[in-house]
Amino acid sequence: MHIAIILALIVIGSVVFHFLSPWWWTPLASNWGYIDSTIIITFWITGTVFAAVVLFMAYCVYRFRHREGSRAAYEPENKRLESWLAIGTAVGVAAMLAPGLVVWGRFVTVPSDAAEVEVVGQQWQWSYRLPGKDGRLGASSVRYVTPENPLGLDPNDPRAQDDIIVQGDNLHFELGKPVKVLLRSLDVVHDFYVPEFRAKMDMIPGSTTYYWFTPTRTGTFEVLCAELCSTGHPYMRGGVVVEAKADYQPWLQQQKTFAELSKPAKASALKQEGVTRWDLK
Amino acid sequence: MVDVTHGVAVPVAEVGDVELYHPRSWVTKYVFSQDAKVIAIQYSLTALSIGLVALVLSWLMRMQLGFPGLLSFINADRYYQFVTMHGMIMVIYLLTALFLGGFGNYLIPLMLGARDMVFPYVNMLSYWIYLLAVLVLVAGFFVPGGPTGAGWTLYPPQAILANTPGQQWGIILMLVSLMLFIIGFTMGGLNYVVTVLQGRARGMTMMRMPLTVWGIFTATVMALLAFPALFVGSVMMLLDRVLGTSFFMPSIVLMGEQLKYGGGSPILFQHLFWFFGHPEVYIVALPAFGIVSDLISTHARKNIFGYRMMVWAIVAIGALSFVVWAHHMYVSGMNPGFGFFFATTTLIIAIPTAIKVYNWVLTLWRGDIHFTVPMLFALGFIVTFVNGGLTGLFLGNVVVDVPLSRTMFVVAHFHMVMGIAPIMVIFGAIYHWYPKLTGRMLDDTLGKLHFWVTFVGAYAIFFPMHYLGLLGVPRRYYEMGETAFVPPSAHTLNEFITIAALIVGAAQLAFVFNLFWSLRHGRPSGGNPWRATTLEWQTPETPPTHGNWGKELPVVYRWAYDYSVPGAAEDFLPQNQPPMPRTP
Ligand code: HEM
Ligand SMILES: [Cu+2]
Ligand SMILES: [Cu+2]
Repeated sequence: MHIAIILALIVIGSVVFHFLSPWWWTPLASNWGYIDSTIIITFWITGTVFAAVVLFMAYCVYRFRHREGSRAAYEPENKRLESWLAIGTAVGVAAMLAPGLVVWGRFVTVPSDAAEVEVVGQQWQWSYRLPGKDGRLGASSVRYVTPENPLGLDPNDPRAQDDIIVQGDNLHFELGKPVKVLLRSLDVVHDFYVPEFRAKMDMIPGSTTYYWFTPTRTGTFEVLCAELCSTGHPYMRGGVVVEAKADYQPWLQQQKTFAELSKPAKASALKQEGVTRWDLK
Repeated sequence: MVDVTHGVAVPVAEVGDVELYHPRSWVTKYVFSQDAKVIAIQYSLTALSIGLVALVLSWLMRMQLGFPGLLSFINADRYYQFVTMHGMIMVIYLLTALFLGGFGNYLIPLMLGARDMVFPYVNMLSYWIYLLAVLVLVAGFFVPGGPTGAGWTLYPPQAILANTPGQQWGIILMLVSLMLFIIGFTMGGLNYVVTVLQGRARGMTMMRMPLTVWGIFTATVMALLAFPALFVGSVMMLLDRVLGTSFFMPSIVLMGEQLKYGGGSPILFQHLFWFFGHPEVYIVALPAFGIVSDLISTHARKNIFGYRMMVWAIVAIGALSFVVWAHHMYVSGMNPGFGFFFATTTLIIAIPTAIKVYNWVLTLWRGDIHFTVPMLFALGFIVTFVNGGLTGLFLGNVVVDVPLSRTMFVVAHFHMVMGIAPIMVIFGAIYHWYPKLTGRMLDDTLGKLHFWVTFVGAYAIFFPMHYLGLLGVPRRYYEMGETAFVPPSAHTLNEFITIAALIVGAAQLAFVFNLFWSLRHGRPSGGNPWRATTLEWQTPETPPTHGNWGKELPVVYRWAYDYSVPGAAEDFLPQNQPPMPRTP
């Protein structure tokens, strides 16, 4: 008896909580509003199903509770009903999956005009690399990492010399310009996560992963690591700044290139031991 | 009407009686016992005890999340050790062991009308190896450096590198313990499968088996196929850690130092882990599905609705769950093209799963519902399972997973669906079968108190938690600290969740007390207190003695769900009751 009321209260409570909750996603700052819309669709469909199933249950336990002399019906199967329910479910599932896959298609298709930026994770800090004047990032390998070459750029690769290296500072993005974020890790798995951008992806030592997005709102946003990377994981923070081109360019001008940073140490890196062919991607 | 229902068919499948092993001393009867019922109780008590450890760890974690710094001994290292041990214990050493080793051992022979498992000696070994696995796991708390804090997913490289707590001994003990667990489980699992296939009583066709047996059987087959992936993963990681091989280890610079590893693949481990890990979810869920079907049917006095569909749904879910593992890896950096495939298979599983939910609810429809404690827990299960299953549609739909993965949304989702929901079934099942094990009922008032606090409390813990994840609060964070997008109200919510968790935890003590108290003081139950149809309730003695059935094995004439059959005098017809004479 009580249980019928409690079940109904759970549905009502959950719905009310959903609408009144002060905890909701952060204001969007990227083009991935599509993801938010897919979540909204999913909330509506799943919320309706949840309410329907639990309220129906509440009704059943109220209506068919045991009373003196009452007896259950005997109905082993009902093919028609079962098929209709299966079909209805399939339709609901398709209604969520279809937009989901379409948006995923966009998520994995990097626009050809996207600028490249590299994010390098290591316990427990973020560093960044931007292409220099040649517009391309040079080769890199964990094997080249030394105190003078913290990101492991290939000292022999001419394309690496003008790469811009940002350490201990925020990464800046140009408003409205699509970026492909290349993700690299020097030690363990990390995950570059800015809640306002919605996108995230693990960075795996030994390979380069990526995602892309277009920043759509200026401001400073927090970067968090979203994959457990040992004790310092919750402290692996950073910041990104989205700003208009007029503000972005001066920031870029101030940054140092690999060549500028590593001049005195250039030769020593070559002698780095253990460099084998397959390390040099 | 279909054949499964009235079951007047002549019993088939002749099974000869077997020669039983007879214990000769107290030790072989109660300690190194080969009787599945004793082994079941050993498994269950061990699993529940280690489960209590995991529960205490959850309080400590919640204290840190709700009231950071209040318990000063919880530093970041310890926190991650607690998280890891809590997760691993709950999933493997509690849920898997209890459902398969505990319920499987007790119920398979009894429900099928067998005298015991087919390989009793191996069955005994299975338990002792499991116990050893538990002891090795617990040893982690006492070795230098403590247990591993790599997270229950044990992702390399960090799982075996310095900076990760428990890197010295903890991780080694964890891997060895998992390997032992798998060896022990394989012994038990082969037993369950062969017993179901070969040990059924005369007339017990597969399509007359109670859904409990279907659930445990399918889960066991799955576990036999899935655990080897974890086993090889553990072996390779152990080699990486101990011998310095590089199965999962690429070139690494750790804190400025070049390590000797090179050429391995961290993501390979993730595939192996989740090839096991996803089926694992259903290894826990399918027995729960089966058991809850029988609880609902018995306590609503109504046949389970759509039995054949229920069986096929179990089998379909079992099969499909082997092609969805990478939905745990959408943002792992694997080829993003996989997302299309795995999102589709994942959402397809929702269909047989939904059918099961409908059929439970439709079993209530026009039933004669008794609000016994097992029924209450069954209802609690449906609510939490539906809730957690539906949030699975968020996380399974690849693009929606991108913002939500690795946040508290995931923690809320999996606790709802594979933490709380199966635990609800375990409690319901214990209240249901305790009388068969002991001959006494568990106390009803304490049981109801236990149910209400656990059900409402657990919902209060995990429902709001989804919204923290939506906000962007990551999981596995020792502390949030100052984070601009996290408002102070989120900390208030965390305090609330912690208090709810402590209250729910306290309610479990009432349950433990009930287990012991009722052993002496419970109301005597008789052999079939719930007036149930399945064979375990028809044993000549309660608790059943060695060999289960006295002189004669039961003969089965009908399916397991002849409740409230029109025209029958009683509202249940036991499976071994011969057909009614047909009235013209
Ligand atoms: C009321 C009971 C429980 C409470 C209060 C609780 C609490 C927690 C907390 C606070 C975490 C850490 C979340 C984080 O990552 O920040 C956690 C993780 C976890 N819990 Fe529970 N839990 C409970 C029951 C269960 C049960 C029954 C299961 C069984 C499936 C379970 C499985 C896990 C797993 C697998 C993890 C993940 C561990 C990891 O991240 O490595 N928990 N739990
Ligand atoms: Cu990190
Ligand atoms: Cu991290």
